[in-house]
Amino acid sequence: MAETPVLRLVDITKRFPGVLANDRVNFDLLPGEIHALLGENGAGKSTLVKIAYGFYQADSGEIHVHGKKVEIRSPRDARRLGIGLVFQGFTLIPAMTVAENVALFLAELPWLVRPKDLRKTIWEASQRYGLELDPATPVWQLSVGEQQKVELLKLLLAKARILIFDEPTKVLVPHEVENLFRVFASLREDGYSLVFITHKLREALTCADRITVMRQGRVVGTVRPEEASEESLLQMMFGERLVEVAKAGTGRVPGEPILELRNVCTKPIGTAPGLEDVNLTVRAGEIVGVAGVSGNGQRELGDAILGLLRITRGRKIFLGEDATHWPPRRLIQRGVAFVPEDPLAMAVVPWFTVLENLALLDPRRFSRLGGLALDWSGVRQLLRAGFAKLGLNPLPERARAGTLSGGNLQRLTLVRELNRPYHLVVGLYPTRGLDVRSANAVRQALLSAREEGKGVLLISEDLNELFSLSDRIVVMLKGRIVGEFRPEEADLTEVGRVMTGAGVVHA
Amino acid sequence: MSWFLSWISGAILYAAPILFPTLGEAVEQRAGMVNLGLEGLMLLGASLGFAVSFGTKNPWLGVLAAAGAGLLANLIYAWLVVHRRAHQLAAGLALMFFGIGMSALIGKPYVGQMAPVLPKYAPTGPQSLLFRYDPLVYVAFLLAPLFWFLLFRTRFGLRLRAVGENPAIAYAAGVSPSLIRYIAAALAGTLAAVGGAHLSLGITGTWSEGMTAGRGFIAIALVIFSRWNPLRAIVGALIFGGAVVLQLQLQARGIGVSPFFLDMLPYVLTVLVLLVWGRGVRHVAPASLGRVYFGTE
Amino acid sequence: MLSSWRARLGWSAVRLLLTVVVVLGVFGLFLWGLGRDPIKAYQDTFRLNILNPRGLAGVLARMAPLLLTALGVAIPFRAGLINVGAEGQFMMGALLGTWAALNLEGLPMGLHLALVLLAGMVGGALWAAVPGVLRARGWVNETITTLLLNYLAPLVVGYFVFGPWRAPELAFYPQTPEYPASARLPLLFGTRLHLGFFLGLFFLLAYAYLINRSRWGLELRTVGGNAEAARRLGLPVERWILAAMMLGGALAGLAGVAEVAAIHTRLKLDISPGYGFMGFLVNWLAFANPLGILIMAFLIAFIASSGFTLQITQRLPYAAVNVLMALILFTVLAKPLAQRGKR
Repeated sequence: MAETPVLRLVDITKRFPGVLANDRVNFDLLPGEIHALLGENGAGKSTLVKIAYGFYQADSGEIHVHGKKVEIRSPRDARRLGIGLVFQGFTLIPAMTVAENVALFLAELPWLVRPKDLRKTIWEASQRYGLELDPATPVWQLSVGEQQKVELLKLLLAKARILIFDEPTKVLVPHEVENLFRVFASLREDGYSLVFITHKLREALTCADRITVMRQGRVVGTVRPEEASEESLLQMMFGERLVEVAKAGTGRVPGEPILELRNVCTKPIGTAPGLEDVNLTVRAGEIVGVAGVSGNGQRELGDAILGLLRITRGRKIFLGEDATHWPPRRLIQRGVAFVPEDPLAMAVVPWFTVLENLALLDPRRFSRLGGLALDWSGVRQLLRAGFAKLGLNPLPERARAGTLSGGNLQRLTLVRELNRPYHLVVGLYPTRGLDVRSANAVRQALLSAREEGKGVLLISEDLNELFSLSDRIVVMLKGRIVGEFRPEEADLTEVGRVMTGAGVVHA
Repeated sequence: MSWFLSWISGAILYAAPILFPTLGEAVEQRAGMVNLGLEGLMLLGASLGFAVSFGTKNPWLGVLAAAGAGLLANLIYAWLVVHRRAHQLAAGLALMFFGIGMSALIGKPYVGQMAPVLPKYAPTGPQSLLFRYDPLVYVAFLLAPLFWFLLFRTRFGLRLRAVGENPAIAYAAGVSPSLIRYIAAALAGTLAAVGGAHLSLGITGTWSEGMTAGRGFIAIALVIFSRWNPLRAIVGALIFGGAVVLQLQLQARGIGVSPFFLDMLPYVLTVLVLLVWGRGVRHVAPASLGRVYFGTE
Repeated sequence: MLSSWRARLGWSAVRLLLTVVVVLGVFGLFLWGLGRDPIKAYQDTFRLNILNPRGLAGVLARMAPLLLTALGVAIPFRAGLINVGAEGQFMMGALLGTWAALNLEGLPMGLHLALVLLAGMVGGALWAAVPGVLRARGWVNETITTLLLNYLAPLVVGYFVFGPWRAPELAFYPQTPEYPASARLPLLFGTRLHLGFFLGLFFLLAYAYLINRSRWGLELRTVGGNAEAARRLGLPVERWILAAMMLGGALAGLAGVAEVAAIHTRLKLDISPGYGFMGFLVNWLAFANPLGILIMAFLIAFIASSGFTLQITQRLPYAAVNVLMALILFTVLAKPLAQRGKR
């Protein structure tokens, strides 16, 4: 390859507490190419591009732009070098118009802002690449797809030549994706170089000139689409783990239905999809796994079950009763437990002690004298008994939750949630970000809940975990359930294909 | 009919001293700072302006001194809020107490005195006798469109609003949120104090303790009422001025209508306006208002 | 762990002391610049307000409204709300209390007074319920509305004081007739100290106990500490928001009616020299900590009383004391906040 890469990342290593996000990563981008960066969640793609944009600093490694070694310490440096990044969460000011948002980032904005000139500039640029936008519209009125166009316009008018997109298609509907790829193609014609992150195989295969696959912080390889197939890419993405998975499938017969969702729909909120016609049954003594690339309605499914999200159509049956519009409190009292993804944000109060957080299990249960006092010795007892039941040492009762590690916080949540009368556990990415031992403790707790005849709904993006724990796995895509598998009959490739929208299977 | 004309004329006069702080606060809030200290700044301006005019026999020097003092005093607030990352409401209240105290000290020797006041000029026309104002009134009403232009038609205004909406994004665009906020605070402090000076040197011609009578707080209400828009602030200020004058007129005629309902008008309107917009306010109020900006990383 | 807690308390004491020294120094220079004798001024202030029992009683009498308004800010604060409206709630408490005082005459002594105080609490609570409802529904931010309502309240009071309730015998000074004896809060030991001070102490103790020890305190703090977690735990978040605002309003309202029933004995417009705002600052300086509220309320009450001393002995306007208050606040605000990590 004679051409000098416009952007070359050499041996980039980046470590976050507890995670090696990038491990000696090499990546190059040629002039006038579209380069897809493919990988699972957590493979290190986002970290890599943020390093190129100066948002993070690499621990070691070099960055070369147009063949010259450069230091990129801040996004400002990156922009000066002609590198632009469209973040997943956009960096637009909702209250301002399209024109104002673009103008803020213009390199040569005169002190006097002439709306007419500004609009003309924007209109011309947007016409050229088929990004029809009215410059006078406030951004908060735009759809997500349109906001993305504004971000792109910002980069183009700020004279960026290297354009990086962090999962641009995640929030788009299919026809918007097609449009975006058409824009990509015409940008390539004009000599721009593009990188885009995705975990959808098909997008990478149809749109990219080259595909680099990352897995667990490393580059697995770079291929051209014509040399690759969905199978080979999946193999690269998931690796040998395809073989090593221990499958659950015990052939146990589950009991009575505990939770039934019938044609449940919810309203989409912001960029998150709503649920569409979700049908799902969780039976006693069964773990139902929910797979999917995050952001496809799994969180909404959990919230709809917990009563936090209004169900606009369809019915939710809990233990034979219509629970469609029960408030959270009633569901909890009837026996729904919840293990969240990020206990610090969703389950505990950071400056409460362990004991106080434990009392939140059900403040009424521990209240004495009609609420005037709390039965702290009862809470203490729970602390000891609950941790003993999970085979763990109790946490110091006076420690503030905010000072505990993620694993200990999750243990605290488990002890709290699984020590009340309950029939159903909803786990929302309960092992995300945990160390191996803590994650295993969570899995063990879910398994013993199943042994006790409880229903378990496990939302996770770790296919290994789902395959080894679940009796059944459903796959969600864009707010719908698009596939159902039994772990003993399916393999990861199939599930991965459905997750990434490569093919829809109806079980 | 003459009653009506004198009402309008009075409303315009009384709108001016409230328009100054309202415009300043609008700019300050657009930059993301809510300043409860306006009342103190106005009092400071009123007393210092009066004292200097009394001593130098030149009301313009009084206005100038007030402007300078307001600017400096509000820089204390800006320093606390921007540099020391202090709580905005607490810092504002501290400034309020400061202004109340300082103005009382400065003004004490001048209670009951008369100082040279600002000269009045009239535009030519049939009603010119009725519509004679000091120059500050004209300045106030000219400043409103000027500030609108500053906020919405200049690069500085664009950046200032960006800082008020999201300082992190503004920073990413190469803007210094601290500098912008200092400038906004300097403007607001100057204007609030000039508003106070206009009260003592343009309207009453005397100084008395606490003479601003809550105008500093009404200005904050008017900023919200006008949805952070300097042009709409004119409307708010005129409603306020009209209510004040109507009440004076009714009192003069001995009509027993309670003035308090008239006084309530600006507040009730503001609360109603807030209610009617409901959630719409989200996209009107500067999004980072009242929040401490800790910088990026 | 206990020793580190002690060390921290020790440090805050040292810092407080340093603050006081710095501020007194600056204010002293200021007085000196005005041609007064700062040493003598401080001596007088200390002698007349701390060593003199009558003076000390006056300081404690000023603590009564400050304790209550500070609590009125602290309770919503613990629920994650910023109540800048204690000033208005104070006025409305005084208003409704006055209604009870003037219209329920003839009831037995204790009962009448109890109803007057209760009416004051209801007045403050209702006034605070407006921003409470608007916030709980997610419509309007409580900071803006509580602030606005501060200026509406004196106008409502003004309507009654100038209008229907105006005492006929006093033509020049608009105020209501005097509270009947059965509606007055007794003054103690022939000083300005009154029962309101003990009410304040009682509610401070109740707050200290309930907020940390009771189920309600636990739930309220959960709503303030992590609203998302509270929602997911099934706590009635909206109801707690409203309850916290109304409780806060009730205490600020009690401060208002107690001030009138003990000190002024008639409702008029100038019953508050900014007690609501001072309460906000007391709570802010104390970070809603009960002991801190007690100390800061005393400090602010002492400063406010000193204003009168300076007025008499140094011929300074009373409002000059606000400069001293502002200097203290500036100094405290300029310190890097310990709270910064809490964000």
